[in-house]
Amino acid sequence: METLSFEFPAGPPARGRAMAGCVGSGDLEVLLEPGRAGTLAIRVITSVNGSAQRWQNLFERMFREQTPPALSIDIHDFGATPGVVRLRLEQALEEVAHG
Amino acid sequence: MADTAALLRSRSFVELGARQRARALLDAGSFRELLDPFERVESPWLARQGIVPQADDGVVVAKGSLDGEPTVIAAIEGSFQGGSLGEVGGAKIAGALELAIEDNRQGIPTRAVLLLETGGVRLQEANLGLAAIAEIQAAIVELRQFQPVIGVVAGPVGCFGGMSIAAGLCSYLLATREARLGLNGPQVIEQEAGIEEYDSRDRPFIWSLTGGEQRFASGLVDAYVADDVETIAAEVRRFSRLGRPDLERSRRYAWYLERLARFDASRQANAESVRRVYQGDPT
Amino acid sequence: MTATFSRRGLAWFEALTAGAAPVNGLPASLRVADAELEGRRARFLAVVADPDNRFPRAADGEVGLLEGWGLAQAVDTAIQADAGHSDKRVLVAIVDVPSQAYGRREEALGIHQALAGAVDSYARARLAGHPLVALLVGKAMSGAFLAHGYQAQRLIALRDPGVMVHAMGKASAARVTLRSVEELEALAAKVPPMAYDLDSYASLGLLWETLSVRSVEQPDADDLARVRACLKLAVDDIERGPRDLGGRLGAANRAASRDVRARLREQW
Repeated sequence: METLSFEFPAGPPARGRAMAGCVGSGDLEVLLEPGRAGTLAIRVITSVNGSAQRWQNLFERMFREQTPPALSIDIHDFGATPGVVRLRLEQALEEVAHG
Repeated sequence: MADTAALLRSRSFVELGARQRARALLDAGSFRELLDPFERVESPWLARQGIVPQADDGVVVAKGSLDGEPTVIAAIEGSFQGGSLGEVGGAKIAGALELAIEDNRQGIPTRAVLLLETGGVRLQEANLGLAAIAEIQAAIVELRQFQPVIGVVAGPVGCFGGMSIAAGLCSYLLATREARLGLNGPQVIEQEAGIEEYDSRDRPFIWSLTGGEQRFASGLVDAYVADDVETIAAEVRRFSRLGRPDLERSRRYAWYLERLARFDASRQANAESVRRVYQGDPT
Repeated sequence: MTATFSRRGLAWFEALTAGAAPVNGLPASLRVADAELEGRRARFLAVVADPDNRFPRAADGEVGLLEGWGLAQAVDTAIQADAGHSDKRVLVAIVDVPSQAYGRREEALGIHQALAGAVDSYARARLAGHPLVALLVGKAMSGAFLAHGYQAQRLIALRDPGVMVHAMGKASAARVTLRSVEELEALAAKVPPMAYDLDSYASLGLLWETLSVRSVEQPDADDLARVRACLKLAVDDIERGPRDLGGRLGAANRAASRDVRARLREQW
């Protein structure tokens, strides 16, 4: 298990909070809360060691396409594939956007 | 055509997570979660063993209503650590039941629904899980004196270990075809007693003895329900309206001892012999 | 099947109930008698090995189908007999239970329900005003302990390496958690609730008292006097307080158990 931290540029703070997923095999839990303006802060606790670069790449790809709102994101990962990570993040981001 | 329409309308309960299950059973709009995941009341014991925690420790506690009656619901998330109960998750259930008891002492008729999807004690928190389960059991017996405590075992995890004893204390117990209910998990029985006694990989054998259908046919649960949200919600309300049973199953020692005396224990048990010996109404 | 079952429960039962008439009509694996405890009426209950047990997986002192339902009966008859009396008899569960019974007959016939029967009676006795004390003289394992002892308001353990509380034996716990026994032991040394030793268990705040005796296998007169005095103190302590299990929540190692309850109450 390891704990990782990431930061990305972001827009104004999100208004609501949202969650998706659970810490089951091959899945992850994502909790989104409003963050400090201009910053997307992500903390990942993952069962997979040595995966910092993969998380970095995944987040970069996701947040390159459009500037995310300022959020504080907590991820509890239990060996999810990048596809599942992206799905859960998108579910939660969708809820924040429309919630 | 009607069957197809019904099938299309039906929504699996088993496939829902704990939070969705709790929300689906309570009266529409009444769900209010206590200690939600954003409060991050996580296990203080898992991370130091290198195990990723979950923000709600795998237990959802929510207040709401059933047919307008005050209700607390505790739902265990079977996907997180096999639904095992550690210190926090156990305290959430015990604490919620204890507050429901206080409500009743003050004239508020709070009832409880337990969604049991659990392997029992979380071995990484062993003795604190066991202690919490003893406290859950104590609270069920006390709350049951005022209002029904309704247990639902839906699957796919089933209900095992100390929490199967808690299930046995409930006023009413519902199970689906996916559900299994038993004290000891198949792996542990095989480990302790050998594969001749219990083959943990023989799924049809295990379901034939501990599955929801068998448990209903032998009187160890009160209802055998389809895996459908509406059906389960309706059955939970039916039992809630029934109020307290005349005599809870766990008080029927006289009947069970008499039946066990008739059972030929020199032979191995099977589904048929158990149904036969437990036939008729326990009184 | 091993022939090396513990005789501690039986030894303490016989010492504490010497000369008392047994309560009849129970399975041979249960020893129950009403005896006097420092001027109080008390019912002592022990689960003991019965090599002739009809259910072979419960022959070595395990709590099985007959034991669970039998305890339910033994406790319920005390509740009924004392209904309407203000002086409820004390209940003392003498705990020396290696495990619940693991077997096909047991699962098929609903051992979980039998153990629920025992828990039910013990919990109702406590709520009815019977002071309920558990005396741990040997193993107090998992479902067996839940059914016989864990509903007590006060837990007293003899200070001895053979006295052990746990949720699962080491070999099975290792298998279920996908660890080796060595890894499990290394973790247990760091994580008090996982440990198998009595001091770690005591650090969880669940024990009311630990007592040293000279001869845990076969108590002598001094041992007996100390244990009787301690049981009496526990009963007096129970009668000064509530009937619930709240007395177990005080330890630093149970901070989360208290915190969760306090926050639930705020949000209720």
